[in-house]
Amino acid sequence: MTDAAIIWFTVRMAALATALLIPPALALAWLLARGTWRGKSVVETLVALPLVMPPVATGLILLKLVPHGVVFTWRAVVIAMMVMSSPFIVRAARVAFENVSPRYEQIARTLGAHEPRVFFTITLPLALRGIAGGVVLGFARALGEFGATILVAGNIPGRTTTLAVAIYDRVQLGHDSAAWQLVAAGVIVAFGAIWLSEKSTRRRA
Amino acid sequence: MPVRAAEVHVSAAASLSDAVSELAKVYESKSRETIVLNFGASSTLATQILNGAPVDVFLSADEAQMNRVPTLVRVPLLSNRLAIVGKPLLKARRIAIANPEAVPAGVYAKQWLQRRGLWAAIAPKLIPTENVRGALAAVLAGNADSAIVYATDSRIGEVIMDSPTIIYPAAVLRGAENVAGARRFLEFLQSRDAGAIFRRYGFLVK
Repeated sequence: MTDAAIIWFTVRMAALATALLIPPALALAWLLARGTWRGKSVVETLVALPLVMPPVATGLILLKLVPHGVVFTWRAVVIAMMVMSSPFIVRAARVAFENVSPRYEQIARTLGAHEPRVFFTITLPLALRGIAGGVVLGFARALGEFGATILVAGNIPGRTTTLAVAIYDRVQLGHDSAAWQLVAAGVIVAFGAIWLSEKSTRRRA
Repeated sequence: MPVRAAEVHVSAAASLSDAVSELAKVYESKSRETIVLNFGASSTLATQILNGAPVDVFLSADEAQMNRVPTLVRVPLLSNRLAIVGKPLLKARRIAIANPEAVPAGVYAKQWLQRRGLWAAIAPKLIPTENVRGALAAVLAGNADSAIVYATDSRIGEVIMDSPTIIYPAAVLRGAENVAGARRFLEFLQSRDAGAIFRRYGFLVK
């Protein structure tokens, strides 16, 4: 498998994981930011868990939870990436929602807007910059995912081998120059992702 | 979705991956069957199998990991020997070996040192590494004076002739979905043609 194919596969999987994650992550972030409900602090902690736990531990849990037909397929790659990048998106979106003044939402309601309309025309646009930053960070985290992926998706060249797994594999085999080639490519992709993140969160002058 | 029945899913120890990748290509072109390879540390592969991952054939770097999984057919496929890279051990100040408590290469190195009565003298000089490649890298980078590695890891090392028995077992797993295909591939791995390829990568064929 060529380096370009490995990188393209990894980027595609990370993009898919991020896209699938955005709707539920935003819903959860909004509930955490605006709602008061039983068990909120428990959910808050659960969401942060993949951030704190060793990724291999998360992978071991996923290996138990994910259906057998999914283990060792590209779907397992996407699931591992989604779980590992979810804290980044949820936390960023939550802070972004909290920073939107409830007064604007109140005013919209007094003008007769129903809740979905308030969300989509007031809350979401005002929070968008913060959310975008979180999404790019989540995407970057998915790109580099290793520990959970190697357990639940394995290292199957051409099917589940991502950039991080391929680098590890080449180092293990002592194929150092081939590893370095991928490291260089990885640095470029990561640089791009972080640069985009900075750009999207910077206040427009 | 590719059709499962026509594929043989093989999980192989990382140290075998160059040899097994080549063997799989040869086998595919001869048999028209598809070999799907998954590489990793033998311990990780065993954990995946125990948790229901779809694997038909398991090629482990040591017996301990193979003992963890239920097998249908099990054969000792290959063997390996230890080798010393760098200065002679008694002249070295820092000696790199894979973690002697956990990693097979380190466990074997410790066994050999103990048998030769060298362990007490050498233990204080040891630098344990995460895997056997790390030990080799430490010598090549000048961070250690010598290392004990597998003979297959380095052509420049001096092979230890009274090395402990290092067996790479191969097995068709009890949970295999494609038992017939798995048996055929295992048979191929034991063939003379396959043996020649394994030998080219430095393994000893059983």
